[in-house]
Formats: sequence, C-alpha cells, structure tokens
Amino acid sequence: MGSGADSERTLYPYVTGSSVVAIKYKDGILMAADMGGSYGSTLRYKSIERLKPIGKHTLLGASGEISDFQEILRFLDELILNDNMWDDGNSLGPKEVHNYLTRVMYNRRNKFNPLWNSLVIGGVKNGQKYLGMVNMIGINFNDNHVATGLGNHLARPILRDEWNENLTFEEGVKLLEKCMRVLLYRDRSAVNKIQIAKITEEGTTVFPPFSLKTYWEFSAFKNPAASAVGSW
Amino acid sequence: MFRNQYDTDVTTWSPAGRLFQVEYAMEAVKQGSAAIGLRSKTHVVLACVNKANSELSSHQKKIFKVDDHIGVAIAGLTADGRVLSRFMRSECINYNYTFESPLPVGRLVVQLADKAQVCTQRSWKRPYGVGLLVAGLDESGAHLYYNCPSGNYFEYQAFAIGSRSQAAKTYLERRFGNFNGSSREDLIKDALIATRETLQGEKLKSSICTVAVVGVGEPFHILDQDTVQQLIDAFEIVSEEEVPSAESQPPSEEDAGAGQAPPADQGAGADQGAVADQGAAPMDI
Repeated sequence: MGSGADSERTLYPYVTGSSVVAIKYKDGILMAADMGGSYGSTLRYKSIERLKPIGKHTLLGASGEISDFQEILRFLDELILNDNMWDDGNSLGPKEVHNYLTRVMYNRRNKFNPLWNSLVIGGVKNGQKYLGMVNMIGINFNDNHVATGLGNHLARPILRDEWNENLTFEEGVKLLEKCMRVLLYRDRSAVNKIQIAKITEEGTTVFPPFSLKTYWEFSAFKNPAASAVGSW
Repeated sequence: MFRNQYDTDVTTWSPAGRLFQVEYAMEAVKQGSAAIGLRSKTHVVLACVNKANSELSSHQKKIFKVDDHIGVAIAGLTADGRVLSRFMRSECINYNYTFESPLPVGRLVVQLADKAQVCTQRSWKRPYGVGLLVAGLDESGAHLYYNCPSGNYFEYQAFAIGSRSQAAKTYLERRFGNFNGSSREDLIKDALIATRETLQGEKLKSSICTVAVVGVGEPFHILDQDTVQQLIDAFEIVSEEEVPSAESQPPSEEDAGAGQAPPADQGAGADQGAVADQGAAPMDI
C-alpha cells in the first residue's frame, strides 16, 4: 500500500455531532438529537440536522463525523431512488436499511477507512416497529431504546428505569427531553438547540428545533472543582 | 429444414419484422417435456413431467429451488435452465446478504428477463433455449411468472409450457377462475390433473412427475416421490384415468387431452367454470 492511500483514510473525525437518543413508543419511534457540530472541542456549527427521513418507512439519526454522515445520506438517496424506480409496490423497510448500513459500515472498517459515525435506525413498516443501531466498526443491534456516544452512558440508565412499551407521544417526548437535559448539563459538546423526530405508520415528522429550560444555579454547578480533590 | 437468409444470425431482422433465431429458441421450449404452474392467493404449485433420455438413464431434474421463497420449473434445454437457476440463486443470496430480507419475486424475474434479452441483441451470443416458470412468495403475495427466451416475461394465475402443454392449458383455462381461493391440496390436485393431460394416455405415476410447493408458512420444497404417489392415489386420478382411456382416443393432436370427457366428478364444476369464465380476462393479476 502506497503512502498516498494512507492519507486518503479517515484517521480521526473533524466535525462531529454528539449523542442521538431514540425510543420506541406506542405508535412508532421517537428520536432526539441536538444541532451542534463540534470542530474538535470547538462548538463550531449550531444548526446541523442529524435526523433524516430515509424513504417512506425509515428515520436515520447520526452522531460522529458530519461529512461521513452526508456521504451515507448520498448512498441512501441512491439506494432509495433505485428502489423506487422498480415501481412495483415493494419498498425497503427499516430492517433492510439497517442491514444495508451495517454492511457498508463493516465493509469500510475492513478497508481500515471507517465512516466515523454511530447510526440510529428507526422505523415502522406493516405495523412493525423497528429500532436499531450500527457504529463505525459494524457492531449492530436492536433494542427498545438506544443512544449513541455519551448518551449511551447518561441517557440509557434513565431509559432503562422509565421506558415502557405503551408510552404516548407526549410521555415519549417528555422522556427524551429529560435525557437531553442531562446530556446538555453533562456533555460539554451538547448544545441547547434540539430536534425531535417521530416516525409512525403515517410517516415521518421532524419537528422544528427548540431549547430546553435549564437551571444552572445548582450548587454543584457553581464550583465544579470543589469536590474534585486533586494533587495540585 | 426451413431455411432462409435471415435465420443464421440472432441480430438480423427478417423483412417481416421477425428474429428467427429467437423464435427457434422459443421452439426449443416447446420440445422439452411439460412444466406446469398454478397459484392461489397464498400458494404456488409447480409440476413437471420427467422424461428419461433412454431406458438405461434416469431423467433430468426440471424443478429447482432458488431460495426459501422462490423456485423454478423449466422446459427446454436443461443445461441452460441450470445456468439460469444458478444465476437466480446468486441474485437471491446477494440480496439477502445486503438487506437480510428475501428478494421480491418480480424483481428477480425482471433481472432474469433482462439477462435473456441481452442474448437476443448480441451477434456473438445465442438466446437461452429454456422457458422458466418462476414460482415465488413475497410481501405482495404469491406469484407465478413465465420467462421466455425472447426476454419477455408474463405473470400468470396458471400456465403450462413444454410438449403437449396445450392440453394442460386447456384444462387450466377451464378452472383458473377458482384458483385464487383454492387450498394448497386443491392446487396440487389440479397440478396433477393438468400434468396428466399432457401425458397422452400414459398412466400418471409419481415416477414420471415432480411436484413442488411454496406458500405462506411453507418454504419452497419438492414433494418426495412417496407423497406424490399417495396424493395421486388419494385423488383417485388413476382410477378415473381408466374410463376415458378405454375409449382409445387417438392422441394425435397436441390438445388431445382437452377433447376427452372430463372426469365424472368434475364434469359439473368444470362446465360451470367454462361458462363463468366467458368474457373474463385471461389472467387475473
């Protein structure tokens, strides 16, 4: 392998998005992500959409390298276009899209040129709810609730306690807001401009961005180093 | 032999707008032993007649499983049929690898037809000499397609190809109106009777036919010989056979079977079917 090929690989991400949190609820899937884009640890961009509808039955959320996500969206555009061109009544569902993305991610990792993302795939087809994840090295699974990045540590414990299958839309949004608020407080790369999207049998809706109410007067926030005993 | 100046090259038109080589390929389908397919809302049944090349040899396989949800029956050049079914298997397995879901039948059929079409437009190729009945199940239900060497494909409720298939088609045309609501067992029965129609009075035995089924909750599989024999016995096809064959009708025409009196217990139903079918579309898709 020439040195030219080495420099064409993604060795580390440049502009990244933070956590995506998604849950199943009564009628389908709810997903939440903020709109920040970090250039290293600089909060460089403020309105990057990371929740995108894919075809009729699928919703995709991404964290990680934004440009790789845009490339993935191009792959999926082509995939869905070709699927529609058959015009035969068959269409790719969330399961198919998830499996396709798993193949793409794992294939790229095997070329030592990964797409630097964690992807959340949600959808509803034929009354079946579907929620899954795949990451940059091709690990993939399904669950009733998923979260990428720091959300996996901060949001999922909350979801494990409070999630149930029959959440209404309002309850689901409330639960996601709770997760996003914790992330906003504790994830330095989270920003307070959040999008929520839902997908049901009727279709996909990405709601306009909003901000969470925050309260920064907790004493623990005032002097964060107070309880951190160091040697210097 | 028929010969004219336009029949040596696949890609050369005759002044009448025909491609003789393609038509000859379609003729090869008619030479092969018969294959039959019919479908209901939930099931598709394929059946074929097995002809051994000589007393000393066994017969060639004419029904192939492509995937759990798709199978084919072929008539014509068996070797070409094997190549095409290998292609179909490969397409199915690749789709399944990428999407972890079964390839829609209609899409496989189009890919197959496109492959056949290429051979009608390349001077260094020859058309495939095989017709395929493709049976499959997908999201949109059960399907039966016929793929032709010309690159054309058609969807059917019921169809027959191969030698003396006209007799089977005549039988199927009388009865297809009810197929959509048929049970699996009734489809197999009709498949066996249609198969018998192509036999020219020869006795229907499990040793000279193959039957395969695909349907809801039932992956494509070829029924084993004992099962087929039991079905033939159960339907009393053999005993009914004795009566009309005793009249010793000369089986000279292709559609000799159609001319025969229908078996007693089906006479009424078949007649009604024939009346009801008048004016109906040739296929209900």
